[in-house]
Amino acid sequence: MDITLKINNKDISASVEARLSLLDFIRDIAGLKGTHAGCEHGVCGACTILLDGEAVRGCLMLAVQAEGSAITTIEAVNGAAHPVGELGVIQDAFCETHGLQCGYCTPGMVLAAQALLKHNPTPTRDQARDAISGNICRCTGYVQIIDAIMVAAERLQGPNQPADQTQ
Amino acid sequence: MTKTTYKFLSQPRRVVEDRRFVAGKGHYVADYDQAGMLHIALLPCHQPAAKIDSIDTSAALAMPGVIDVVTGAELAAAIDPLMNGLDTPQVRRYPLAVGQVRYAGEWVCAVAAESRAIAEDALEKIRLETTALPFVLDAEQALQNDSPPVHPDHKSNVLLDKKFEWGPVDEDFAAADHELSFSVTWGRNSTVPIETFGVVAEWNAWEQILDVRASVQMPKYADQIARTLGLSGNQIRLHYDIDVGGSYGVKRGIKHAVLTGYLARKLHRPVRLIEDRLENMRAGDAHGPERKFDVSVAFDKDGTVRAMKMRALDNAGAYAGRAPFQLGKPIGAIVGPYRIGSVAYHALSVTTNKAAQEAVRGFGQAPTNYALETAMDRVATFLDMDRLVLRRHNLIKADEFPYLIPSGSTYDSGDYHTVIDKVLTAADYPKLVAECDRLRQSGMMAGIGIAACLEPSGGNASFEPLLNDANKTTTWMESCQLNIDALGTVTARIHTTSSGQGHETLVSTIVGEVLDLAPDDIRVTRPNSLESLPGNSPVGSRMAIMLGGAAARAAEKLKSKIITIAAHRLACDAASLDYKAGDVHAADGRKVPFSDIIEAAHRQIHKLPDGMEPGLASFDIMQVPTGGALPENGKVQMYPCYSFEFHLTLVVFDPIIGKPEIRAYYIGHDCGTVINPAIVSGMTYGGIAHGIGAALFEEFAYDDSGQLMTQSFLDYLMPSSHEVPDIQIVKHSTPSPYTVFGQKGSGESGYLGAPAAIASAINNAVAAHGICFSKLPIRISAISDAIAAATTPGNTNAVK
Repeated sequence: MDITLKINNKDISASVEARLSLLDFIRDIAGLKGTHAGCEHGVCGACTILLDGEAVRGCLMLAVQAEGSAITTIEAVNGAAHPVGELGVIQDAFCETHGLQCGYCTPGMVLAAQALLKHNPTPTRDQARDAISGNICRCTGYVQIIDAIMVAAERLQGPNQPADQTQ
Repeated sequence: MTKTTYKFLSQPRRVVEDRRFVAGKGHYVADYDQAGMLHIALLPCHQPAAKIDSIDTSAALAMPGVIDVVTGAELAAAIDPLMNGLDTPQVRRYPLAVGQVRYAGEWVCAVAAESRAIAEDALEKIRLETTALPFVLDAEQALQNDSPPVHPDHKSNVLLDKKFEWGPVDEDFAAADHELSFSVTWGRNSTVPIETFGVVAEWNAWEQILDVRASVQMPKYADQIARTLGLSGNQIRLHYDIDVGGSYGVKRGIKHAVLTGYLARKLHRPVRLIEDRLENMRAGDAHGPERKFDVSVAFDKDGTVRAMKMRALDNAGAYAGRAPFQLGKPIGAIVGPYRIGSVAYHALSVTTNKAAQEAVRGFGQAPTNYALETAMDRVATFLDMDRLVLRRHNLIKADEFPYLIPSGSTYDSGDYHTVIDKVLTAADYPKLVAECDRLRQSGMMAGIGIAACLEPSGGNASFEPLLNDANKTTTWMESCQLNIDALGTVTARIHTTSSGQGHETLVSTIVGEVLDLAPDDIRVTRPNSLESLPGNSPVGSRMAIMLGGAAARAAEKLKSKIITIAAHRLACDAASLDYKAGDVHAADGRKVPFSDIIEAAHRQIHKLPDGMEPGLASFDIMQVPTGGALPENGKVQMYPCYSFEFHLTLVVFDPIIGKPEIRAYYIGHDCGTVINPAIVSGMTYGGIAHGIGAALFEEFAYDDSGQLMTQSFLDYLMPSSHEVPDIQIVKHSTPSPYTVFGQKGSGESGYLGAPAAIASAINNAVAAHGICFSKLPIRISAISDAIAAATTPGNTNAVK
């Protein structure tokens, strides 16, 4: 089937088999390798992407079902606001608390955090815990990931300036 | 040892690697694309044991896009068997089953096709004809002479049967006031990284070289690929700059690499094998230990545990590999943190018709610690003594280090009593006990779990010669290379893949500390195996000690050269000079700036001392501290350093539902000098999470017909963020006298005691019902069933 998917605000057209997962489209056709395959049966959350702003599993959706939706992957989590090489607030918070180790589940975690903070800018620790409960991490025990989300929430509430310009 | 203050070490510092990972810019093996790459899919056989009668691949080969289908018979004719750790030459393993299938799911054929989808389609066209054979799943049954041998040429299922006696065990048992015996079972689980194993191999016929990229964490990986494929060592170029998406021991994938390498050479195309989750779970050969312990302990009325007899029976699965060595490493901490005077240890490993076992975090230490801590709880119960009092009574005291244990290892340092005191204070122990009582009075089941244990660290291979007389390994080195370029910036080269341990951060912090230069300006690269010095990968909690040690020593060499150049320039004694951030200062106020040293080293040999080589480069190949000797009389120094952890937890559950909730979790952790606090904490949290999984959820469970019942993440349950509580780490530091900064290992922390602590809590909660669980994992259903059985009137059979 010929489809066009809008990924990170860019239209990507390809002729694909109907059975191709959205995850495989993102990785193999769009060439965006930041979205990872973990279990490919919808449990681990490593393939989390944003579909019209909601955290969705790329492995449980077919590419052909995603036409007409706006897809955001980790590569564009900051939108166009940040130049390449500069971290967004949530990503920076993950670095601040070391909310990761091997990095494999991390893009999914960052996107899950982004989806949470969009709906709920001031989550409690339990709400942060709940928001990532569909994403399995085998390295961290989640503690520093939840720390990262709380740090990000606090910073996103603060003045919208780079840290080095605030006096 | 006096307390040292560091400029960068032990200070909060961001982890260098994190930047690329949060941006989705890690370099994982599945991200590596090559034009013309072929994809492998694997055909499993679903019988636990079967003779392969025929394989018809013609229909698969005829499909468009299918390039090749390879069978075990073809491989066996072309390559050598994979390496065996033990001296068991008749236990042969190849990447694909040869002649006989030995566990359900074992790979029989590999299809190489233009896409993974085509390769998977082709699997369905292969006609496999087999004849079922008798099989054995249980380790005790496999020990019996009449059990069906998994490897008929080996005659029996016994891979390892070795008895050790350290000290006067029988005398100590005879002299003790009491003895008790029990059995506990550690279920077959694993670390199950979220990234499955993957490998890409490319053969360059013009250069006669095989490039291998793999998500691997394995000592001597390139060597093993070369030997098995019949290539020389410098024909394998293993790329260490691949980021590994989690390993914790199991990412060993040697059969995958050999298969892929074989096909790449045969087909002259890049070939890639990325396991799907099903391939990974049932046939990735990445299950962890499955172990039954029979333990007897001899003890006195006052709680002194004098002696222990332990029989450890490990179910290795269908092939040997390195797995049986996981019975060997725990010998280095066989008495845990306790003054147990004598030990008899019987290590048994058998083959069964289950998936092959691989190294898992702790390399057998976590199961052994679970058995040891169960012994402590049982003795306390027997004597009606408080569990903490009993442990304190038996713990090695701070002034007794270095402490030689009966099996030949000397513990470097520790202050176990202080760590426990700090945890009890942090947790407000009386309040925790009161909360437990309050929960019980409210009708809930509640228990306090306690576990004290050691993390042997510094990863040596002493268990190899100890368990295999033909093996004479006495070194397990690690290396680091440094270069200061002509612009004065430092680059370190390390020779391993990383799977989240933060090696780049480790090395840049240490080199920065020694050279007094900003760690953030130091680049760390991971070149390929041909551009590397010898090393043994991040196993056995060794990299802080060994890679950190090699980096520090290499940096000291550079520092020494810088000072020597300055001394030559100033015509004074090097010992009188003061080094600071690259600059060298004399007592009289004169100074040679770093820029002058760089200039001299890189452009002005006439300004260097006679005979000195130009440039500013160094390397260090570090031997494991305290290592180097072969075993004598069944004794050997195992690892150099011993980190201590003390776990304290409160677990509560509803007696009808039986779902444990961890209300409080404290861990006292002493791994000596900490290099990066966030990394050590993260590993500890993650280790506890993994331990919660091993204690309550995770098991590769086989049914009676030999089928793996937990093949997906829907059945193999791992802790989510709901199951892992907010953990409180109580830090303490007793530096090791044997390492450059006093650091010990922490890569296995948390996991080594958490299963014991949680089991202890649950058994504490159900003790009033006369229930005692003696098998991990303790599933929700097991808890609720046991309570129901114990509380049903007329039913006196407490579930064990």
